[in-house]
Amino acid sequence: MNQSYKPTKEDFQPAANSVHAEQLSRPSLSFWQDAWRRLKKNTRALISLYIIIGLALFTLAGPFLWNVDPALQDLNQISQAPSWPKQAILVDPYERWGGIVLEDFPAEPDEYLDNIPAPTNLRVVDVATTKRVRITWDPVVGAGGYSVYRNQRAPETINDLGLPLGITDGGNEVSFEDRLNLEQREYFYSIVPTDGFDESDTYITLVVYPDLAITMSEARERNLLAPDTKLGDSIAIEFHPFGTDYLGRDMLARLMEGAQVSLFIGIFAPFLFVLFGIIYGGFAGYFGGQFDSVLMRFADFVVALPFLLFMILFKIAFGIGPGESGVMPMLLALVLLGWPSTARLVRGQVLQIRENAFIEAARLLGAKDRYLIIRHIIPNTMGVILVTLTFAVPSAIFTEAFLSFIGMGVAPPTPSWGSMCNEGVKTMLSHPHELFFPALFISITVLAFNLLGDGLTEALDSRMRSKE
Amino acid sequence: MLAYTLKRLLAGIVTVWFIATATFTAMHMVPGDPLMNDKAVSAEIRANLERKYGLDKSAPEQYVIFMKNMLSGDFGISFTQQNRQVNDIIRDHFPVSATLGIMAIFFATIGGVLWGALTALYRNRLPDIIIMFLVILGISVPSFVFAALGQLLLVNINSLFGASIIPVAGWGTFSHMLMPSMVLGLGTMALLTRLMRSSMLEIVNEDYIRTARAKGLSPSRIFFRHQLRNAILPVITVLGPQIAAITTGGFVVELVFAIPGLGRYFVQAVQQLDYTVIMGTTVFYGAFLVLMVILVDILYGFIDPRVRLS
Repeated sequence: MNQSYKPTKEDFQPAANSVHAEQLSRPSLSFWQDAWRRLKKNTRALISLYIIIGLALFTLAGPFLWNVDPALQDLNQISQAPSWPKQAILVDPYERWGGIVLEDFPAEPDEYLDNIPAPTNLRVVDVATTKRVRITWDPVVGAGGYSVYRNQRAPETINDLGLPLGITDGGNEVSFEDRLNLEQREYFYSIVPTDGFDESDTYITLVVYPDLAITMSEARERNLLAPDTKLGDSIAIEFHPFGTDYLGRDMLARLMEGAQVSLFIGIFAPFLFVLFGIIYGGFAGYFGGQFDSVLMRFADFVVALPFLLFMILFKIAFGIGPGESGVMPMLLALVLLGWPSTARLVRGQVLQIRENAFIEAARLLGAKDRYLIIRHIIPNTMGVILVTLTFAVPSAIFTEAFLSFIGMGVAPPTPSWGSMCNEGVKTMLSHPHELFFPALFISITVLAFNLLGDGLTEALDSRMRSKE
Repeated sequence: MLAYTLKRLLAGIVTVWFIATATFTAMHMVPGDPLMNDKAVSAEIRANLERKYGLDKSAPEQYVIFMKNMLSGDFGISFTQQNRQVNDIIRDHFPVSATLGIMAIFFATIGGVLWGALTALYRNRLPDIIIMFLVILGISVPSFVFAALGQLLLVNINSLFGASIIPVAGWGTFSHMLMPSMVLGLGTMALLTRLMRSSMLEIVNEDYIRTARAKGLSPSRIFFRHQLRNAILPVITVLGPQIAAITTGGFVVELVFAIPGLGRYFVQAVQQLDYTVIMGTTVFYGAFLVLMVILVDILYGFIDPRVRLS
């Protein structure tokens, strides 16, 4: 314990001067560089970022690449499901068809037949198109006429023949022309012979798949004619990759225009109210005291307002003039009601940062209040603000969609994703694509912003930094 | 505790006053008035109508009258529904919305706590991945899409059994309430699951869990007694704002499922500028939400002893 150390002469030599006494082992990174580096490691956040960039391109560059008027109605393709490009045959304008009436009746049977046999040789006359389908069949002995049925699926029993189209006048009238709402799909035509009063229990069925047809004048009206096309040629008709809506408007073009509205509100409104929140919260937090408590009490009141109720009230209060789309009232309402949460957050941050030594140092050096706020305090709250902004976007998009869905949002004919959902939900059962696409776009956007927000929170969290 | 409750209630009353004033101001900023919706009337009739409803007075006078009536609990008569008291509308239709909301909160809380605990137990294993995928879906898909899909599901179930087992729309019996309340609670459930999972995972690393384990407590006792009970706390904190979200989210569900709730009347009243109904429902909703938030905060004090002390 009490052993004393005897210094030698070497102990008093100067130490060797090491060159490596002070060296940067890693490159110096600013806060944002470091955050970006960590964000890049997060695959989910990175994919979300690419999706958001893709959505921005879809919204801004899309209308130039897909140059279709979103308000143009294609009445030949109403509520069309998504499909590949379609061809149509050029046909003559409709001319009356006399039908096929045989010269003599089939031989009268000697006795009354219990069951007339089914007709045979049911076939299509000419080409079946969506303008008209003409069918004929061979007559049967004992028939006083024939009932024609059409179904959209193969009939299983005689009770399953589908829509009755008509009855021919005699056993020698062996043709029928169908022009009833023909679409490009399979039809099952069935012929049932009758004795003039009752239908027989026999039938014959034929599958017909009509070609899409268009007349010369229609094609000319829609600018589809090339100079050298003639009757019978196939020409390409308007292409709707995402289908059309209930008024025959192109879904892809409408989704792009709707994206402009939805994303404009979804991104610009949070940007504005976050900006206002920063200023409000920054001042309250920086000056503190009585000033702070008055400002914050007011913010508390605004937070307590029932959000959607007041969104609706404000939206109506700011009014929609003739020819306006209602985007501005909604933006204003969102900003008026959205700012307090950011203001609270920024205030809390500012209160924390204000106590830091570097603020004191800056003040000692003679920095003015304005300089301190802009140069030192706000940049230090930027991380938290960025995260808030990212999470505010999905909720703004949801609010827009919600308001448009209950019919208090964007006024027609301007589309937004929410109002497109509102229209699509009415035809959900028959044409699901009209609801599916806008809902999908809303979901993807919200999802991408949420995941990016999660990633940003992790990347900007300084606690995570020390763990590495 | 009592002083705290009183202080909160007082602040709540001021908030409700603020809501009432803001509503009054917003409503009078709207161009037009409720009488404009009627057919063309002569100036004389219009003047009589204005006198009947007190619209001939100036806005500040109307405000004073309105505030006086509100204090005595009278919201007046509806403009558009003949001779119907706003109080009656609230009394008839709020219970429907409340039932829907309570059931939705019930589904959301039970589901959120359950799924959240489950994902934490099976962290990074298949059940966790599946549930978290569904949670992400629940957060990103708008509620009206769920409402539409829920209805579609009911149609299919009914056609499968060939009878109307669960009604697709309307209100009345318990089976009417099932699907709308589940749809309404879905978003909140997803949110709570996420919250529950992260708070469960945070608590696993706490010292007192290690201590409990070292004491030799059974894993199930640690799970239920120490982990779950503490993990529920943040869930309860967000319950207050979530009740607000569910009450207003009910508008869409009421619309899609044709439920005669108060939300539908509010939307209708705004479209028709029915001053008294708008004022009544907004103030009522506002008071209700403020009360709910206060209740949840007090409840929080009972569950978390640390809050009770301070």
